[in-house]
Amino acid sequence: MTADAAAAVPGRGARDEAPNAARYRTAERRESAALGSLALPALLLIFAIALAPNLWLGWMSFRGAGGFTLAHYQRLWHPNYLLTLRTTFELSFLVTAICVALGYPLAYMIAQSRPRVAALLLLLVLFPVWTSLLVRCYAWLVLLQRRGLINTWLTDAGIIDGPLRLVHNFTGTTIGMVHIMLPFMVLPLYAAMRAISRDYMRAAANLGASPVKAFWQVYVPLSLPGLMAGVIIVFVLCLGFYVTPALLGGGRVMMWSMQIERTVTYHSDWGAASALGVVLLAMTLLILWLVGRLVGFRRIMGAG
Amino acid sequence: MLRRAATETQITHGRRVWLYVLVGLTVLFLILPSLLVIPLSFSDSRFLQFPPPGWSVRWYEAYFAAIEWRDATIVSLTAAAFTTVVSTVLGTLAAYSLHTARSRLGQVAYLVFVAPLVIPGILVAIGIFLLYAQVGLNNTLPGIVLAHSVMAIPLVVITVASGLKNYDMSQEMVARSLGAGRPWAFLTVTLPQIKVSVIAGALLAFITSLDEVVISLFIAGGDKATLTRRMFNALRDEIDPTIAAISTLLIAVSVLLLGLSQSVQARKG
Repeated sequence: MTADAAAAVPGRGARDEAPNAARYRTAERRESAALGSLALPALLLIFAIALAPNLWLGWMSFRGAGGFTLAHYQRLWHPNYLLTLRTTFELSFLVTAICVALGYPLAYMIAQSRPRVAALLLLLVLFPVWTSLLVRCYAWLVLLQRRGLINTWLTDAGIIDGPLRLVHNFTGTTIGMVHIMLPFMVLPLYAAMRAISRDYMRAAANLGASPVKAFWQVYVPLSLPGLMAGVIIVFVLCLGFYVTPALLGGGRVMMWSMQIERTVTYHSDWGAASALGVVLLAMTLLILWLVGRLVGFRRIMGAG
Repeated sequence: MLRRAATETQITHGRRVWLYVLVGLTVLFLILPSLLVIPLSFSDSRFLQFPPPGWSVRWYEAYFAAIEWRDATIVSLTAAAFTTVVSTVLGTLAAYSLHTARSRLGQVAYLVFVAPLVIPGILVAIGIFLLYAQVGLNNTLPGIVLAHSVMAIPLVVITVASGLKNYDMSQEMVARSLGAGRPWAFLTVTLPQIKVSVIAGALLAFITSLDEVVISLFIAGGDKATLTRRMFNALRDEIDPTIAAISTLLIAVSVLLLGLSQSVQARKG
């Protein structure tokens, strides 16, 4: 209704707008609540199944026979657990570093390629993500084990005398985990690199920067958010990773997650398991929080 | 060719050969191991030899003949189908809700949705195991479906949310101003236009359930053992070429789903 029309009707004017607006706001609020409630089933399901039990585990980690206790945490200060912690961090650092070394050039190449080539390369990066984790672990077992393909080929070619120890140890676990994690490095990196305008590099060249200098001083800093996102995603996934170390580590590589599984399955020691779990979750959240403060949480998840 | 400039900074292809070699090797590293499993599954030998000494389908016969593999496959496919339905419906509703409600609670909801992706799998698994022990859902199909849905819903929400971002909500407003109720407007105007991302989300949900390992190790035992759980245990013991046959079939499923997902999304643009 235009102002003229409103003025033309007696009794309708500025005075009546206030109650109308209030009614409109109430209706809007009611609609917003109704729309918000559509998310409730999903939220409740996730809360009940993924979050609440973990809160419960957290509570259990402080409970002993006589009420509140820190005993479960004190027991973690033991050479065995500390060794596990060291292995977990060493492996996670190593895998993340290798993923950067292999993933950065790959993402760079995809970002620089013509659309068709880029699409093909992306498909080749996505293929492993869609392939079952177990299939990929099996493939590495086939390749790396004592009488596996690599040892057979190398022996037949006369390069080695006896079989190399390639799997059921740290080496095999590292190879397998890099294979699983690499796409999670490449995808956020590529997303960041695609957004870098080619004009920046052209400008750097015009202004006299050598290609190497332009790359390090212009391109790399611009790709840093993507690199950060990739590093964090890979590192955090590595910290809590279970399947690949359990299959390719052959019991010789004890990760924090495997310690949790063992404590539950063999010892049914929920106090210790929950304390181990709280430590793992705390480390994970701490890293995410720190990085969230540095680059922004949404950016990380959005890029992934 | 090698002398031509490859970049804006006039580096020639010749000076980047090392980069092409490195990237080529990395791509081979990513895809070759899984592909190597395919010829091995058609080998007639018990032992891992490449190329195989002879060809046969005996490992496929062994897979289809073994009751425990067949049961596990049925459990996995059923769970994946139900998970797809549950998580696609709930995830799409949630994404629509977060997109339209614009409430400050959206931030909290967002944190809840990323939680299953951020919390280490082993913790989610033992938590669910503990919960299910109280309510008797361990080793049941509904238990598996609910657990897998929790892992799949965030992926559906993310996928559908990105679809909604590219959708012009005023189209739904037009439908409503012409008298359609909100549910009707959503189903007949909005849903057909975000169809692509909903399908992509559903495919992701299916593959997430089918490939899920850690949670299934804890909550899917007995006659409700999933394919992944049986495979995990088989890989720990002795490596039987039957696994190569199963792996090849799983790779076929992955390629099929990835292909579907890509072609659906390509048709959009």
